[in-house]
Amino acid sequence: MKWFLDLFSSTLGRKLMMALTGLFLILFLAVHLAGNLQLLKDDGGRSFNIYAEFMSTNPLIQIVSKGNFAFILIHVIWAIMLTSKNKSARGPVGYAEASGKSSHWTSRNMGILGTLVLVFIVVHLKDFWAQMHFGAMPTVDYDGTSYRDIYSLVNEWFNVGWYVALYVFCMAAVGFHLYHGFASAFQTLGLNHLKYNGLIQVVGRAFAIIVPLLFAAIPVLMFFN
Amino acid sequence: MKLTLKIWRQKGANENGGFKTYTMDHVSPDMSFLEMLDVLNDSLVLKGEEPVHFDHDCREGICGMCSLYINGRPHGPLQTTTCQLHMRSFTDGQTITIEPWRAAAFPVVRDLVVDRSAFDRIQRAGGFISVNTGAAPDANEILVPKKVADEAMDAATCIGCGACVAACKNASAMLFVSAKVSQYALLPQGQPERKERAERMVAQMDAEGFGACTNTGACEAECPKGIKITNIARMNREYFSSMFTNYQVEVGSDAG
Ligand code: HEM
Ligand code: FES
Repeated sequence: MKWFLDLFSSTLGRKLMMALTGLFLILFLAVHLAGNLQLLKDDGGRSFNIYAEFMSTNPLIQIVSKGNFAFILIHVIWAIMLTSKNKSARGPVGYAEASGKSSHWTSRNMGILGTLVLVFIVVHLKDFWAQMHFGAMPTVDYDGTSYRDIYSLVNEWFNVGWYVALYVFCMAAVGFHLYHGFASAFQTLGLNHLKYNGLIQVVGRAFAIIVPLLFAAIPVLMFFN
Repeated sequence: MKLTLKIWRQKGANENGGFKTYTMDHVSPDMSFLEMLDVLNDSLVLKGEEPVHFDHDCREGICGMCSLYINGRPHGPLQTTTCQLHMRSFTDGQTITIEPWRAAAFPVVRDLVVDRSAFDRIQRAGGFISVNTGAAPDANEILVPKKVADEAMDAATCIGCGACVAACKNASAMLFVSAKVSQYALLPQGQPERKERAERMVAQMDAEGFGACTNTGACEAECPKGIKITNIARMNREYFSSMFTNYQVEVGSDAG
């Protein structure tokens, strides 16, 4: 048991938690995006509502969702632990002059980018997830079955200018977080191999650009429609 | 060349320090950076002032003793040691800011001199192999593929100067520790103590108060010996696999 505590209290063990939870959240993003894209379907929100009903009632999805919340929480708490340790490691006096030439700015600002993502997650949960689970939702009927009409709620928010702007801004933060984070997680896990480094780098950057871009395109398109 | 130097002066570990500005009117572009400081110190001594303390030894780029955080970069603008940096890398009239390495684990001793014995303690925790020194074995008795030997040698070129810690925004020592773990993990002679080595060196690194790695790559970009962060990934692999699989064998004293 001691080895287990040693492992998870070490800097490398903490990084291991960051990388594993981060990679899971990346997977979650991809699935979430596939769901969201149904908002763009020209069917008055039918397929999105049916999908949302499934996601909020299916018992298996409920378990995965609990895990997802736990992973976000772990990712955030571990981020705070690591970032504060890293800050104190510089010592009592910092540098008067620092050059950013030797690293990419995203890699130096994971904490700030992550905090922006966290703000987004909280706003997002309050407006959509909490409404779906605890709010009084209007309903619609498809083929005699009643569904909660989350589509109308989303549509309402996505017609508010500042909300769409906030959404797009936060997606940029997700993109920059992953621009560094994706490949970084592999490096943390020790998965660095001359044969595959290039592939990980390219897939990571493509994911970090394409996924947030598609996420952000949805409210923008709905706003202008 | 004319230069303005902004140098960190600090009387002792527990004193408050601050920057002092010096001007130099006749600096040759052919001087090394340390020679330039020697000239400055000569003039300070003549004036009856305390010379600027800085670390140096071989002045050949092999010992890892010289340091200095010059204009926001360890060892200055080139990817080399400060002793191998020449004034031709600067321009006439330039202001040069010189600071000590900044890390909680590298306390300032005086002026630009920091105490890097944390690295020695990490090394002592596992950066060695235990062998009986007997007669020299025959060459090629243990076969090592050239590729692997090259990689191990690349890791072994680390001179332990601490530029990686100085460059890292987290003052992380992972490039140093990973180079030391790697050079043994790659070679046959390192195998018997492979797992304990990774565990002990990482534990000592944490105990010294170095930060964690955020994979920014600044260490690799600034390392005067070009140590690669592939070594950090290797150290992570070594450490995780050791923590998950290593075990202690209890040998009873009354057995046999
Ligand atoms: C959709 C949500 C998120 C995803 C997909 C994600 C993904 C990742 C990934 C893959 C890494 C790289 C791990 C590594 O370097 O080994 C990472 C690092 C990091 N994340 Fe997140 N993250 C998310 C949300 C957050 C949030 C909400 C925070 C909030 C505080 C945060 C803070 C950090 C920090 C500080 C790091 C750097 C840790 C370090 O290297 O020391 N992330 N993230
Ligand atoms: S003085 Fe020896 S490496 Fe610079």
